Amino acid sequence: MKITLFIPCFIDQYYPGAGIGMVRILEKLGHTVDYPESQTCCGQPAFNSGYWDEARSVAETMLDAFRDAEVVVGVSGSCGAMLKVFYPELFHGKPREAEAKALAAKTHEFSSFLVNVLGVGDIGASFPAKATFHDGCHGLRELGIKREPRELLKHVRGLELVEMKEAETCCGFGGTFSVKFPEISTAMGEVKCASILETGAELVISNDSSCLMQIQGLFDRQGQKIKSMHLAEVLAHF
Amino acid sequence: MSTESVQFHHDADRLTHDLRHRALIQKALGGYYVKRDEQKAKYTDWQQARASAAAAKYEAVNHLDKYLVELSDKLAARGTKVFWAADGPEAADYIASVARDAGVKRIIKSKTMTGEEIHLGQALEKAGLEVVESDLGEFIVQLRGEPPYHIVFPSMHLTRGEIDETFQKKLGSPHADTPEELTMIARNVMRQKYCEADMGISGANFAVAETGHISITENEGNARLSTSLPRVLVSIVGIEKVVPKLDDLAVLLPMLATAGAGQNMTCYNTLLGGPRQPGETDGPTEFHVVLLDNRRTSLLADPEQRDALHCIRCGACLNVCPIFKNIGGHSYGTTYQGPIGSVITPHLRGLQSWKHLSFSSSLCGACHEACPVKIDLHHHLLQNRRNAIAEKPVWWEKPIFAGFAWFMCRPALYRFAAPLLRLGAPFLHAIRGKFFDPARVWTGTRDLPPAPPQSFKEYWRHRNAKR
Repeated sequence: MKITLFIPCFIDQYYPGAGIGMVRILEKLGHTVDYPESQTCCGQPAFNSGYWDEARSVAETMLDAFRDAEVVVGVSGSCGAMLKVFYPELFHGKPREAEAKALAAKTHEFSSFLVNVLGVGDIGASFPAKATFHDGCHGLRELGIKREPRELLKHVRGLELVEMKEAETCCGFGGTFSVKFPEISTAMGEVKCASILETGAELVISNDSSCLMQIQGLFDRQGQKIKSMHLAEVLAHF
Repeated sequence: MSTESVQFHHDADRLTHDLRHRALIQKALGGYYVKRDEQKAKYTDWQQARASAAAAKYEAVNHLDKYLVELSDKLAARGTKVFWAADGPEAADYIASVARDAGVKRIIKSKTMTGEEIHLGQALEKAGLEVVESDLGEFIVQLRGEPPYHIVFPSMHLTRGEIDETFQKKLGSPHADTPEELTMIARNVMRQKYCEADMGISGANFAVAETGHISITENEGNARLSTSLPRVLVSIVGIEKVVPKLDDLAVLLPMLATAGAGQNMTCYNTLLGGPRQPGETDGPTEFHVVLLDNRRTSLLADPEQRDALHCIRCGACLNVCPIFKNIGGHSYGTTYQGPIGSVITPHLRGLQSWKHLSFSSSLCGACHEACPVKIDLHHHLLQNRRNAIAEKPVWWEKPIFAGFAWFMCRPALYRFAAPLLRLGAPFLHAIRGKFFDPARVWTGTRDLPPAPPQSFKEYWRHRNAKR
């Protein structure tokens, strides 16, 4: 299958490892990977801040970038939800509504694509560590992804997965919310970090790097040794 | 920033640092989660129950013209006086005039959030009447001069010790250790008040159009006493409380109990059908129902967010909201706290003054998931944000997002310039959290990730060059 990658801007700039992991996994599974270099940002920061006209113009860049793609696979649950759930709303009643709906229909989040479309559970990865999984809210509630990452992690050799209390509680990132309301965002993050610490895990895994930026940023500031990794990076250890 | 927004930032920031408050709320809600899940598990299909409850409310809210008239006619047929109030002052004036005409001096009130919304208690006190809250939680916050902390649990933020202190100070009661002792103190005060009161005021959980009944659900029995002992009774009912059929309560009452308090059913469920009928020996001789709009019709006029009128005030969205849990109920500065408050307050009290509540959310969606009547809460927060900005963009944000869009619409420029931004990372790390750090809103409490040696785009180009 020819798979077109959706690499959101901050993954591109700060967490390329997640994207590279995804390339390695999809190629290992025998697929052809394509990456339109004209993609930039999905427009979510403007969208969530109420600037829908600005968000729409950015989103049009993405409609252009993925016009010829057969299937689009994104490495972030949050940005994936932007394309899949919010683009149709953003373009509702606008000239490119049909294109937005078409892109939404052919877009998949990475773990959901592996498990539900490709029918893969075992990538052949091995990663000896005690880890816990954080459900990014957009992936969890907008896209309904809960079982898929766990199904994939279950097959990773040497990985012991322990569930944290309230794995489904938000880490407090929330995009621009994290800088508009830093105190509230930080308090939410502290609660999340405490749940992670309680498990005794040495590693926290998520399918959303933005959540991990928040969690790792707090752990680093607290001087905690816990490390975070994107699901794709863990699965690419084969 | 509106004064409401300044106050919100101030109060919320203070509470987020209050670790005692955080632990208290986490503990209280921890018990609720266990009980709620036990009860939810008893439903054959909770999602189907949600759909049925939402359908009943949808039918009512989208045909208010029909069901409100039916309710009013049915109530009037048994001698109840129905008053249609456009806003709070109209409702309060009417109730004060009823009190005046009937020679009322003392009022006993059972819990009504709609009454809170229009500051009914204060308005009646200003009119020279004594008003006592009979719901235990409400009674406690009334003694302390505080607004309710939570739609369902008004004094959830208080410890037993604080309640004891309040009772000693305000009621002159002896020191009490156990919840039972504290309840007995309140009960002794209240029993006297019930007997003395000339007027009872209640809210409504539902109003049944088909039969003309006001439905009240409670755990303490105080609403039943408040509505049956005094000679004059007033129920204040938001117009969205109407449901078409008595049967609708079969799904709505247990769901309210489960979502609201982790109960199968609440202890007391009362249907008020009218004043004392000929041949009856007890009950109020006068019954007034005040149907309150107070800008609910402006929410009704918004098809996108109309489902916010489905709300049955169970508080489930507050209980799961990570923002509520960290900033507490009082920080909102509203009658309705938490996600539902953030959604409807801009409609009820002005978008520009209250838009900050819609922005103060990570949009995690836990509220929507918990809502027993399926209100699309977190998406409504997004819509409020869009509407607020479309009406009045923030002067310093507008150029930032225009610049953001301009930059992101130019892939070639992005490819060239984005790595340059990354180069600034080591410098930012060196000054992180300092006063002159441009990223201080982030770095004040959190580290930034180290910049990787190459971006994904660079990786991709190198990889293709090698092939």
